Amino acid sequence: MARIIVVTSGKGGVGKTTTSASISTGLAKRGHKTVVIDFDVGLRNLDLIMNCERRVVYDFVNVIQGEATLNQALIKDKRVETLYILPASQTREKEALTKDGVEKVINELSETFDYIVCDSPAGIEHGALMALYYADEAIVVTNPEVSSVRDSDRILGILQSKSRRAEMGQDPVKEHLLLTRYNPDRVEKGEMLSVQDVEEILAIPLLGVIPESQIVLNASNQGLPVILEEQSDAGQAYEDAVARLLGEEREHRFMTSQKKGFFSRMFKGG
Amino acid sequence: MSFFDYFRSKKNSTASVAKERLQIIVAHERGQREQPDYLPQLQQELLQVIRKYVQISDDMVQVEVDRNDHCSVLELNVTLPEK
Repeated sequence: MARIIVVTSGKGGVGKTTTSASISTGLAKRGHKTVVIDFDVGLRNLDLIMNCERRVVYDFVNVIQGEATLNQALIKDKRVETLYILPASQTREKEALTKDGVEKVINELSETFDYIVCDSPAGIEHGALMALYYADEAIVVTNPEVSSVRDSDRILGILQSKSRRAEMGQDPVKEHLLLTRYNPDRVEKGEMLSVQDVEEILAIPLLGVIPESQIVLNASNQGLPVILEEQSDAGQAYEDAVARLLGEEREHRFMTSQKKGFFSRMFKGG
Repeated sequence: MSFFDYFRSKKNSTASVAKERLQIIVAHERGQREQPDYLPQLQQELLQVIRKYVQISDDMVQVEVDRNDHCSVLELNVTLPEK
């Protein structure tokens, strides 16, 4: 049985696709057979972030509607063995994702994969509901910013009431907080909510903190999951998050600003 | 950050304003989330019944459910207009 993990947030632009790409790559790098599914029908972008946009022939909706087999639609990653991508359809309506259709595909994937990572679209509409419905675990991607935190709380409510686990009265979906675009300098100046603030408000366990970093844009420009930038802070922060997802204990890093010398702090400011 | 800012209290920072606002709105929205689905309609119907006898506006009837370990309490608050 595969573990089904949804990457969700409510709000758009917080880093769901970046996170889906890095978490799935990280799991596969450790030898787990992993598939990452793009649920954003009509606005697919995971293929771009994973650098396989020119290899898309069939997609998720084709498989649901029986126009292609799963093996025809799955794209094998060129960098990491045991990583596969199932792209979203760019031309169909979100409603093409039916509950039964999604279940059929997930059941078939469950037979051969260890991890199924579902990259949710923004919002709380049909596509987002389908992405979280079958989840065993949820990574709630949040920016330290008021609208993102509020939307994350909303999506937590939906996970607790509208997921399959909730409807069937099973154990609840396991929730993880992933704080992204974190800027410790601004936190220290009192301009940004701190990790502790967000943890206190959302009250779910912290999976990781990804520092705001130039590397993230540079990586996405090239179609490289940022976790493969192994020397970068953001890459290492994702690596830590994957380790914690697998049950390892890792101390949280990149949560304080880089220490400046006494004199630069006194006279240079910022 | 200048030399003097370094000693300035963080109490009135925008981040603490954000935290306070979020705590209030999130608590409020969670409260609503836990309410049963029938509550809005119950509120409407109660309003209609009361209006047969007293003229009140929509916001003068508050219906809430409080859940404890052993029982749930339906709390009905009706504000009557001054004579």
